[in-house]
Amino acid sequence: MFDAPTIGSTVELQDSKITASGVHVFYGDTHAIKDVNVNIAAKTVTAFIGPSGCGKSTFLRCLNRMNDTIDTCRVEGNIHLDGEDIYDRRVDPVQLRAKVGMVFQKPNPFPKSIYDNVAYGARIHGLARNKSELDAIVEKALRRAALWGEVKDRLGAPGTGLSGGQQQRLCIARAVATEPEVLLMDEPCSALDPIATAQVEELIDDLRTRFSVVIVTHSMQQAARVSQKTAFFHLGHLVEFGDTPTIFTNPSDERTESYITGRIG
Amino acid sequence: MSDAKLLTPKTSIHTQSPRTKRRNAAETRFKVFGMIAISIGLLMLVALMGTILSKGIGAFQQSFITMEVELLEAKLDKKGNRNLSDIKKVTTFGYTPLIKNAFAKAVKDQGIETDLKTKDMAKMLSKSAAAQLRNVVIDNPQKIGQTIKFRFLANSRIDGYLKGRVSRESIANDKNVSVAQLDFADQLLKAGVLKKTFNIDFIIGADASDQRPEAAGIGVAMMGSLFMMLVVLGLSLPIGVAASIYLEEFAPKNWITDVIEVNISNLAAVPSIVFGILGLAVFINYMHLPQSAPLVGGLVLTLMTLPTIIISTRASLKSVPPSIRDAALGVGASKMQSVFHHVLPLAAPGILTGTIIGLGQALGETAPLLLIGMIGFIASNMPTTIGEGLLSPNSAMPAQIYEWAKRADPAFYERAWGGIIILLVFLVSMNTLAVILRRRFERRW
Amino acid sequence: MPLTWLVLILLTLVGLGFILGRRRALRSANGDARLLHSRPHFYGANVALSTLVPSLGVLVIWLLLQPVLIDRSVSHMIPPEMVPADTTLGLVMSDVRRVAEGLDVAVARGVMSERDSNTLRTELTDLRARLGEVGVALGQDVRPEVLSAAQSYRRLSHAGTMGMTLVVLAVAIAGFGFSLIQSRKEFRARNVVERGILSLLILAASLAILTTVGIVLSMLFETINFFGLHDWRDFFFGNTWAPNFRGESELSILPLLWGTIYISLIALFVAVPVGLFAAIYLSEYAGPKTRSFAKPLLEILAGIPTIVYGLFALLTVGPMLAGLFGQGGALGVSWMAGATSVLTAGLVMGIMLIPFVSSLSDDIINAVPQSMRDGSLGLGATQSETIRQVVLPAALPGIVGAVLLATSRAVGETMIVVMGAGAIAKFSANPFDSMTTITTRIVSQLTGDGDFSSPETLVAFALGLSLFVLTLGLNVLALYIVRTYREQYE
Repeated sequence: MFDAPTIGSTVELQDSKITASGVHVFYGDTHAIKDVNVNIAAKTVTAFIGPSGCGKSTFLRCLNRMNDTIDTCRVEGNIHLDGEDIYDRRVDPVQLRAKVGMVFQKPNPFPKSIYDNVAYGARIHGLARNKSELDAIVEKALRRAALWGEVKDRLGAPGTGLSGGQQQRLCIARAVATEPEVLLMDEPCSALDPIATAQVEELIDDLRTRFSVVIVTHSMQQAARVSQKTAFFHLGHLVEFGDTPTIFTNPSDERTESYITGRIG
Repeated sequence: MSDAKLLTPKTSIHTQSPRTKRRNAAETRFKVFGMIAISIGLLMLVALMGTILSKGIGAFQQSFITMEVELLEAKLDKKGNRNLSDIKKVTTFGYTPLIKNAFAKAVKDQGIETDLKTKDMAKMLSKSAAAQLRNVVIDNPQKIGQTIKFRFLANSRIDGYLKGRVSRESIANDKNVSVAQLDFADQLLKAGVLKKTFNIDFIIGADASDQRPEAAGIGVAMMGSLFMMLVVLGLSLPIGVAASIYLEEFAPKNWITDVIEVNISNLAAVPSIVFGILGLAVFINYMHLPQSAPLVGGLVLTLMTLPTIIISTRASLKSVPPSIRDAALGVGASKMQSVFHHVLPLAAPGILTGTIIGLGQALGETAPLLLIGMIGFIASNMPTTIGEGLLSPNSAMPAQIYEWAKRADPAFYERAWGGIIILLVFLVSMNTLAVILRRRFERRW
Repeated sequence: MPLTWLVLILLTLVGLGFILGRRRALRSANGDARLLHSRPHFYGANVALSTLVPSLGVLVIWLLLQPVLIDRSVSHMIPPEMVPADTTLGLVMSDVRRVAEGLDVAVARGVMSERDSNTLRTELTDLRARLGEVGVALGQDVRPEVLSAAQSYRRLSHAGTMGMTLVVLAVAIAGFGFSLIQSRKEFRARNVVERGILSLLILAASLAILTTVGIVLSMLFETINFFGLHDWRDFFFGNTWAPNFRGESELSILPLLWGTIYISLIALFVAVPVGLFAAIYLSEYAGPKTRSFAKPLLEILAGIPTIVYGLFALLTVGPMLAGLFGQGGALGVSWMAGATSVLTAGLVMGIMLIPFVSSLSDDIINAVPQSMRDGSLGLGATQSETIRQVVLPAALPGIVGAVLLATSRAVGETMIVVMGAGAIAKFSANPFDSMTTITTRIVSQLTGDGDFSSPETLVAFALGLSLFVLTLGLNVLALYIVRTYREQYE
């Protein structure tokens, strides 16, 4: 399943969860994303790398329309999820985001208990018919996020009281509890220490069996460790997209090579 | 994998599920609540402003009856030597017959037919009509013996009739005016003798006793407010700035500073009436400063405004970046020099803005003034010197408005609303000035 | 006016001191400013400050203390048995002061010679008539002991003023001379001046403390006097407010407190939902255009003086409510007897508090980090779900603080209740009833004609102190909550 034999930026259509073509993003007058074409495969970890301000986070936020919350942001081009245009007028971003979940750079647990944090998504989407189903969802999500063992005795404690790494895993648990089909992660480890980072990376690898994961990262080592596909962004352009080993060992574009070897960035 | 599919069956994002529809409906409802709240707020503003304007604008117009008055020498200066002290001996009673004659003559000249007696005609004039005429004669004794054109204030009932406040139905139990007088007023109006025109005396004039609402003005109270604001500005700006500089730039971080800080934020929220009690106890009962004096009012308002000014001054001092201080210290300036030469000038626009806003608050404040006696009398004398302006009893604009609102005659209510228009004009100009200052000098670091 | 002259002399000395100090310092360096320790104007400033600050300090302290000391020594002259039964020593003293002032005026106008004024005897002169001629009206004939007290009051005042002038001038000249001698090139003028300025700054900052102390003391003394005349148990636990200027008043704070709380509750009932929803809409939904237009407009509502709201209550809202609920009103229910009622004052106060609540809540809602909203929206929550379940719970402490501040404003508000609430103190749950509040009673007890030592007047200070303590408690609590809340997200 992983290491699917793909070359360059062409991915077999039946494997594609999300296809984006000709995407441009503008913040007011700033042209932040320029003509990006990319296919995100199902059950794969795709990493977006690139120097700061290259637009990788912006593009990630287009995938579940989080950019809608910014007034000046304008998106052009096509982004399809399972063949359906997510920028279609009929689309309710709320329903879209239930399918395309997101984990953010800084751990952002709600000022509620651990249990309520994880149950939040399930509650708003009405996934549980009763308390025991909800309990099951919470437990499963916490187990998937490898947090169950640490918090099972204090589910009523506030989520903000956990350590940074635990908080981020809590946020991941919160995101997977709603059973999304795609999980977007915006530099999920940038605020964590190395041990917590390792835990989260391990978790990402587990999640791949169930979701399509897209991760934005600053660290090339992390991209190399967790992803099967890598996209390199530079100044709003998608410079190169392909299998992670190829990108790191044999990039076709010299900008990618410069970045990977540390000459730009 | 399969159980996940069970929980969220694969659905198209292009069709809304019933649950999403319900949730979106809740979303819309919530948003509408917000809009309603905003609308209520704005509606109240409109209602308030509408009421003030519609009820108060009338105060700027007044009904006048213009007639030719013959200033008979035989009545006003029997000795004929234009000696001022002799002329002053003729009281207002000496002028009343002249006015009655003038009224009768005006009626005859205009060819108005009426059964009204001259006595009742004269009652349609303000009770201050004779005094008005007398003042003019005393100021210009050479006019005695001449016939002059004179504009008398109509009394408040006739004025109210012209403004629509008084009608034939509403005066059924009113002893001060009769239907015949209103009929006569119609005739006078047609003949152009009675006219409603702009009334500058409301803005610059003095208050009048509660029998003469038509003569009441807010000018003297305005001077009272002006003198109070001078005191407030003169004391609260330097003290406020000095206190802020100390707290922001010099104060060590210890419990004393903490106490001062907590104290200042609490003082800003102490009810204004408490400052009135303080003023009464300290300035009047203890220090025996004169009651009702703008100086005392100014002192009380200074104490009240200080916390506001300190808070805003500290905010603008804080907004000056430390790099400026470091730069000055780096070339060998002392801490004091760096503050007074660099930080303070840069913070000045912010300080000024805060001060103007604080002054605006002080200008509209009423409650403490009630306790130090700035109500309950007729502010009738324009102060002539600064000392008199500070120390002689006076009112202030908001206190004058309160005073009018308490009086029984509804004609004073119009005065009160009109006074509010003037007060608001002052406040709006001050705030506009503050906004302009902020826009013009605001620096973003 | 000798005080004006004194101040003018001081200012002249200060100006002179600046010039001389600067010149002397320069001369000690042979005119070369570079040889001085500090820049020349610091030497001038040193002399100016040394002249002005100590002398002005002495002047202010003297002015504050003299009346007390004179009052005390003169009041010893009036034996207790001479104080008529129906008044107090305080009232007699105010008579003494009036007579003394009257004599001053008479002497100033030249109606009386200075010698006459000191040798006057009530048996020989009708002082009341003579003072009446110069415009000083006295309520009753002057008793001999009052006149002699007034005469010694004047003597002491004159002596005091004379002494003050001499001492202040001496202090000023001493400071002037000493600092002028110091003004040589090696003198560290800048350091001394800056220390001086710093202490002035500290003085200004401590004025805030002084104000609080003044507030507490001024009310505390009179409150103690009040409790000397009136049973404190009746004040705190009685159930009737019935001041009676012939004595035997029942003065309990409880009915007033009930009126205050009831009106504040109605006000909050209006202001909190409207203000909160307005803040939510403005900070979460409104576009920049709506925001830039609605926010300042709402803030206008906050800048309107309370007298305007009072007038609005008295002349517009009150009659309107009476027209609806009053006798012969549009609804035909006759619930309301007059235009003033708890509802009138409460509604108008609610309008006044809307912008207060909304701008405070707006700040607080904006302080909730965007990441928290993103987290919720990223899970597929709608905006209202995000607000209700994430933003508001996160902002709750801050909002509670804002509501407490609004409550404190409502409790201390005066003009609206004076004009809109009525004057009847009672326990009633009917919002159409006219009721009265603590602030209203403070105003009416202190602006009435009652004499200043009767319990009916002094009760105002006890009420004021209670109000101060109540609002202070609310403010401290609110500020504490808001501060801890802010720190949480900083």
